[in-house]
Amino acid sequence: MCNNCGCNVVGDVKIHAHPHEHAHPHEHVHPHEHAHPHEHVHPHEHAHPHEHAHPDRHSHPHPSSPQEGRTVEIARSILDRNDRLAQRNREHFSEKGLLVLNVMSSPGSGKTAFLQRTIADLADRLSVGAIVGDLETDNDARRLRQNGAPVIQITTGTVCHLEAKMVFDAARQLDLDALDLLAIENVGNLVCPTAYDLGEDLRVILLSVTEGEDKPLKYPSAFKAAHVAIVNKIDIAEAVGFDREIALNNIRKIAPQATIFETSARTGTGMEAWYEYLDKFYQQKTQDLKQVTV
Amino acid sequence: MHEVSLMEQTLHIAIENARQHGSNKIDRLKMRLGEMSGVVPEALQFAFDALKEGTIAAEAILEIETVPVICYCHRCQTSFHPAHLFYECPDCGELSRDTQSGREIELTSLELSEQ
Repeated sequence: MCNNCGCNVVGDVKIHAHPHEHAHPHEHVHPHEHAHPHEHVHPHEHAHPHEHAHPDRHSHPHPSSPQEGRTVEIARSILDRNDRLAQRNREHFSEKGLLVLNVMSSPGSGKTAFLQRTIADLADRLSVGAIVGDLETDNDARRLRQNGAPVIQITTGTVCHLEAKMVFDAARQLDLDALDLLAIENVGNLVCPTAYDLGEDLRVILLSVTEGEDKPLKYPSAFKAAHVAIVNKIDIAEAVGFDREIALNNIRKIAPQATIFETSARTGTGMEAWYEYLDKFYQQKTQDLKQVTV
Repeated sequence: MHEVSLMEQTLHIAIENARQHGSNKIDRLKMRLGEMSGVVPEALQFAFDALKEGTIAAEAILEIETVPVICYCHRCQTSFHPAHLFYECPDCGELSRDTQSGREIELTSLELSEQ
């Protein structure tokens, strides 16, 4: 649905493999506008008594009563298709020996800066590529490419999350054999992306100190599904009156499964612990995959 | 607003099933939504009303059943419905990491008829 007008035109998802600088004007046809009152007749039927004389006795079929409805059991998950595609992604990525991250946060909490720093700092340890999802622009992809990493931008148009199929199409444009780590930067949104498995190994949630300590309480589904929670921009925590203990306690209680890191992508504080975690996870996955192959 | 894409999928599955059952009219769709599914029932209803127009479900009613969160406590070996966003076992106080239900987004059944 169009977020501007509520019409049912879903914009095209575009995948950009190459950096380019031009605006993509998008056009869509608005099928109808309901800004003005209009009149319409509601045809309706109702039974009304009527009499007619039957000249003689005869039988004739009366119109049959409306056919009885029947119930059909479906019991099907609406996300079945996405989940199957996500599983295919996961198998494909594992065949390539890739570790895959699905990075989520609200807009502006620093996902791109965090990934930019991660890609640059890990350059001598792991070869990193990225897939970036945004509603419009390829600004984030251009930022991530500054360090020479291969980056594919998905512009989703009006879609508020990435789906497994979009990731599959984008990943086809990357040389996965040349990569160790694939970071998927999801659309900035802590609600919708949560429902979609992309085939990742690690689901990473970022929150910045400017967003308040109760963010995990406001978006529990997102945090409960995360393997890693990163508290970012800690260099400005004091300036914004961020209560670290309350925030960490909220994360621990909402998401006891998550490993927590406190970082500043700007100054580099706390990033090394994150790299060590990633490196260890990557080594573990590679080892597990080898054992499966043997 | 991922409710719109979820409803597109739902209608697609529903219409496909109706046709398979030889029906050209859907009267009712029943769905189950987990408390932790991240789906807002009102937004889903809104998407349904917008998307059903012009389909064989145009006159259908959407019925949504909420599925409560059920957690499992490994220490007590029991299931429980958490009283709070923190999934704390009411008996031992341990935080559960094991959610058994509450994330469902399902189409459960259809009521079909003929036009």
